[in-house]
Amino acid sequence: MILQDNLGPNGDTIYNALMHAHEGLTEAESHALNARLVLMLINEVADPDRIAALLQEARRPASSV
Amino acid sequence: MAYDYTPFPYVAPPGLTEPEARHPVVIVGAGPIGLAMAIDLAQHGVRSVVLDDNNVVSVGSRAICWAKRTLEIFDRLGVGDRMLAKGVTWKVGRLFHGDKPVYSFDLLPEEGHKYPAFINLQQYYVEQYLVERAQELPELIDLRFLNKVTGHTDKGDHVLIDVETPDGTYQLEADYYIAAEGAGSPTRKRMNLPFEGQTFEEHFLIVDVEMQKSPFESDSPERWFWFAPPFHHGQSALLHKQPDNIYRIDLQLGPDTDPKAEATEEKVIPRIKAIVGDTPFRLDWMSVYKFRCAKLDRFVHNRVLFVGDSAHVVSPFGARGGNGGIQDADNLGWKLAAVLSGDAPATLLDSYNEERSHGSAENILNSSRATNFMTPKSPIEALFRNAVLDLAETHPFARKLINSGRLSQPCSLHGKALQTGEHPMVGQSLIDAPVGDGWLVEQAQGAFTLLSLGADAAPDVEGIRPLHIAEPSPELSRRYGTGHYLIRPDGHICARFDSADREHITAALARAKGQAR
Ligand SMILES: Cc1cc2nc3c(=O)[nH]c(=O)nc-3n(C[C@H](O)[C@H](O)[C@H](O)COP(=O)(O)OP(=O)(O)OC[C@H]3O[C@@H](n4cnc5c(N)ncnc54)[C@H](O)[C@@H]3O)c2cc1C
Repeated sequence: MILQDNLGPNGDTIYNALMHAHEGLTEAESHALNARLVLMLINEVADPDRIAALLQEARRPASSV
Repeated sequence: MAYDYTPFPYVAPPGLTEPEARHPVVIVGAGPIGLAMAIDLAQHGVRSVVLDDNNVVSVGSRAICWAKRTLEIFDRLGVGDRMLAKGVTWKVGRLFHGDKPVYSFDLLPEEGHKYPAFINLQQYYVEQYLVERAQELPELIDLRFLNKVTGHTDKGDHVLIDVETPDGTYQLEADYYIAAEGAGSPTRKRMNLPFEGQTFEEHFLIVDVEMQKSPFESDSPERWFWFAPPFHHGQSALLHKQPDNIYRIDLQLGPDTDPKAEATEEKVIPRIKAIVGDTPFRLDWMSVYKFRCAKLDRFVHNRVLFVGDSAHVVSPFGARGGNGGIQDADNLGWKLAAVLSGDAPATLLDSYNEERSHGSAENILNSSRATNFMTPKSPIEALFRNAVLDLAETHPFARKLINSGRLSQPCSLHGKALQTGEHPMVGQSLIDAPVGDGWLVEQAQGAFTLLSLGADAAPDVEGIRPLHIAEPSPELSRRYGTGHYLIRPDGHICARFDSADREHITAALARAKGQAR
C-alpha cells in the first residue's frame, strides 16, 4: 500500500476535479458515482492482494472526532 | 500595547489655488500597493502624486502574512530589513482535527536565503514603514492625505482627475492613472468594468488579541490550524502570532450567522476564552467577513492601470491578496518607467496585463480551492473532506490534500511574451543565495542584470548591469549551475544562455522591453 504522497504537485488539482465531478448531483447520484469510481479504480489496480489490503485499511473505523 | 494610529498631516494641495502642471503618474490609494508602487517608480526616477481619502494606516490588522518574495521586493524598495526585524518569523505549522494533532510542518526547509518563507506583521506596520520610506523621497513622491478622487476622464493622451479635499475641490492631469483603491475600487465602478468570480457564503470572525503569555507549548511562534476544533463546534479555527504579543484568531462561523451580532464583545470574548482558557487578554480588533475571489478581465485600460485589490480580490487563505498586489507593483514599476522615458513602447504595458492577470488567476485558483476545502458546499464534499482528515493521521499522502491555504508563491512567467527560451528557470523569480558578504536579491534586482556564473565574463551590453561571479557560493552553484541569466528589474529571469553571445543577449533585452517584433 502506498502511504506516502504519490500525487506530487497535482494533489489539489485532482482533489478539485473529484469535487467537481460531484457538483449538482443528488446524494443518491453521488453514491452511485462513487461506487462506479471505486470499481473502475479497482480495475486499474487489479492486483487482488493490494485490493484486499486497501479494503481492510479502508474498513478500519476512523478514530472518531 | 495597542498600535498608535497617528494621523499623517494634511497639507492643502497647490491645485486648489492654481492649475498644476501635468504629472507623469497619479496613484489613487495609499494602501500597501499604492505606496509600494510610488516607491518603486521613484527608484526608477519617476515622480508620482499619491492621493488617499484617509489619513491613517489600515485600521485593524487585516493582512498579517508577508511572503518571502514580498520581502525580497521590499528589500529592493529599501524596507525589507525593517519589516524582517519587526516581524515574527514563524517556522512550525501544526494541524489539528478535533483536539488531535494530525501533523506539523516546517516552513523553512533550506538555509542560504536572506529572507524566511514568511513573516507575520500587521498591515498597519507595513503601511507605516512604506509611508516613512516614501517620505524619504520628497522630490519624487508627493503624498496627499485627505485627497479623495471623485471622478476621472481618460482623454486619450492623459487622464483628468477630480479631487475633493477638506478645503474644496480641484483637478489634476496625469499621463498615467493608477487605481490602487482597494477592493471597492470606485474607478472600476465608474468605468463599469465587470468584476466577476466566486463569493463564499461562510462568515469568518477575525480577532486580534494581546496576550503576554504564549498559548503555544514552546517559546517559538507557531501557526495552529484546527478542523472541527473542540472549542468551536463543527467549524475551523486558526491561531498565529504577530509582533507586540498580538495573536490573530480566525473562526469560521458558518453561512447562517448575523455578522453584526457576532462582532460584539459579548459574543467574541467567550469564544476567545474557549481557546486561550484563563490566560488574560486584551481585545485589540475584531471584524466579521465574507470572502470572494474575483478579478478584472483586463488590468490595463489605455491610461488607466489597475493594481492590487482594485484589480483582483482573493479569500485570505494562502495570504495571496497583499502579496499578490506587491507583485503587481513590482511588475508594473520598471515597465511604466521605461514607457515614460521613451525607452520602451507603450505596448510594454500589455505585458503587465498578461503577466499579472495570469498571476492573479493562479492566486484565485489556489485561494478558491482552499476556501472550498474549508467550507464544503454539499454533504458529499463534507464526506470527502472528513475522509481526507481521517486518513491523514496514518496515511501521509492524505496530509498533502488537506488544504488550509497554499501559502503565497510568486507565479512563473514562463512562456509569456517578454521571456526568451525554454530553459525551465526562464520566467521564475530569482532564487536567493549568498553572494560575497551579501545576497543575490540585493545585487540582481532593480535593473536589467546579467548574472554570469563561472569562468566566462559576459560582454558589455548597453542597458545591462553585469554581475559576474567567478567563484559562486555552494548555494549559488546548486541553485543556478553555470551559465548566464538575464534578470529583469523585477527579479524575474527572462533569458538564460550557456555562452554569452552579445547578439543573443541584446535580442533578449529588446524582447524583455517589448521592443522586438
Ligand atoms: C481579514 C483579512 C486578512 C488578510 N490577510 C492577508 C495576509 O495575511 N496577507 C496578504 O498578503 N493579504 C491579506 N489580506 C489582503 C490585504 O489586506 C489586501 O490585499 C491589501 O490591503 C490590498 O492593498 P491595496 O493597497 O490594493 O488596497 P487597500 O489596502 O484597500 O488600500 C486602498 C486605499 O485606497 C484608499 N481609497 C479608496 N478610495 C479612494 C478614493 N476614491 N480616493 C482616494 N483614496 C481612496 C483607501 O482609503 C485605502 O487607503 C487580508 C485581508 C483581510 C480583509
